[in-house]
Amino acid sequence: MTSGLEGMLSGTGMEVEVVPVEGELNVGPQHPGSGHMRILVKLNGDIIEDVDLDVGYVHRSVEKLSENRNYIHLIPLVERPAILDSIHMNLGYVMAVEKILGVDVPPRAQYLRSFAAEVNRIASHLYGMGILAVFMGHSTGFMWGFGDREVWVEILQALTGARVTNSYIIPGGVRRDLSPAIKEMTEKGITYMRRKLEDWQKIFINNPNIKARMQGVGVMKREDAIRWGAVGPNLRASGVYYDVRKMEPYAAYDKLDFEVPVYKEGDAYARTLVRIEEIEQSMKMLEQILKEIPEGNILSDRFFRQIPPVRLKKWWEGQRRIVMPGYYASFRPPKGEAVSRVEAGRGELLYYVVSDGSSKPYRLRMITPSYRLIYVFKELAKGCRYADLVTVYGSLDYFPPEADR
Amino acid sequence: MKGVGVKVESSNRLSVEVNDKSILVNVANELKGKGFDHVKSITGIDFPETRTIQLVYHISSYSDPELAKVILSLKVSVSYDEPEVESLYRVWPSVWTPERETYEDLGVIFRGHPDLRRIFLPEDFEGVYPLRKDFKVKTEGLFVDKRA
Repeated sequence: MTSGLEGMLSGTGMEVEVVPVEGELNVGPQHPGSGHMRILVKLNGDIIEDVDLDVGYVHRSVEKLSENRNYIHLIPLVERPAILDSIHMNLGYVMAVEKILGVDVPPRAQYLRSFAAEVNRIASHLYGMGILAVFMGHSTGFMWGFGDREVWVEILQALTGARVTNSYIIPGGVRRDLSPAIKEMTEKGITYMRRKLEDWQKIFINNPNIKARMQGVGVMKREDAIRWGAVGPNLRASGVYYDVRKMEPYAAYDKLDFEVPVYKEGDAYARTLVRIEEIEQSMKMLEQILKEIPEGNILSDRFFRQIPPVRLKKWWEGQRRIVMPGYYASFRPPKGEAVSRVEAGRGELLYYVVSDGSSKPYRLRMITPSYRLIYVFKELAKGCRYADLVTVYGSLDYFPPEADR
Repeated sequence: MKGVGVKVESSNRLSVEVNDKSILVNVANELKGKGFDHVKSITGIDFPETRTIQLVYHISSYSDPELAKVILSLKVSVSYDEPEVESLYRVWPSVWTPERETYEDLGVIFRGHPDLRRIFLPEDFEGVYPLRKDFKVKTEGLFVDKRA
């Protein structure tokens, strides 16, 4: 074609300039479509040959700071990397500390942990879907995602006192008890969400535009998902049945009846469908928890006994709240190490705590789901069209602050 | 296998300690053959008294539902004088991110990693290893001291 053009132009004095089709494109680090990170995209025409994820713009060095903080002071720090999924960040860390301490958690507190975790999972999935929607130019999905998330964040606020970064879970139990008002709020929330999910189906899931943008895009094969170490809904959308809640039940999950949605397609659309179905499963679990939650204490007796009677009367009997016993100020767990894992909103979250017997951890390792997705994202983007980069990104539900920690 | 200490910590936690780092890849291949198909994390722990850095690989399985309940920690130590170990990228590609991070934070070199560059920290951390214990973070006290 070029030579034909040259032939036409010969004798006219004009020349053909061949524009290179290969090059590098710098996406970010400002937000639109990149999050708080820079993506260096190596392109050949429209096709992505390689991406280099320049992460670390929101790195807060949780692991180093943990060397200087008491175990209890670390709770607010570890939940900050993923503020919209902070119950899980909190839960995983406390479970690791409890393992070293050897504390048993009363059943009611276990149910409350599952309750808070599932409410948070719904909120996290809605947030993720909202971001995915706006990445693809579907502003309604963005508004709806954030609007519907509000319902669940309000429930968390009623339960824990904070919308995000709740610091709700403490070693040995939880801080506050469930009240009839929260039960009613949750029931209303579930009814509302079920109705809204039908609308989501109409405007988002069955939307031909959305389908065209997501089906067959960013396909992760089962073997690849395993090799790259994918986690959470992304792993399950690639046909791997793996959910920490089933593999190693924690909190009250061994007593709850729920299913783990698994899809074989492995594309962006399947990842979204897994999230939608998980919202329904979470609501199913919330209903069970509200029905079956046992009566009893919400803090392990070992710590409960240390609360002075005056404060117990005012806070526990008056408002069903736990005031921190003095033990928490700077306890020294025995020497040892513990690995804990929970299924956070975005996938498996792993904590590895090494104690040397002092009041601060010798080493705290925090592996978040988004951290595991860095490599998955890099590999998955190869071979996609440039316009699909944001779809791949959004469908993975990758959250930079969570990855950087 | 020789030079390997296996310890069962609980029903779903296992640890395998490799005494000689030169057989790490062989041990890893052996474990892969048993069905362990991905690495969840690599933790580097600094022990300044013995001038060593311990590497803990947390390994598990996705494809085998029984093995998925187990987290195996594969432990190996490297010395300050020779902080090098063979990369396990060829065995488990999922070590890509944690090997880069451990290289950045503790200065452990993973031979054979395809892209061993620093990852999270700013440029001025070149040659500084923040997770070694000799890197101190300045802290402020929680309470204001009383005037003398």
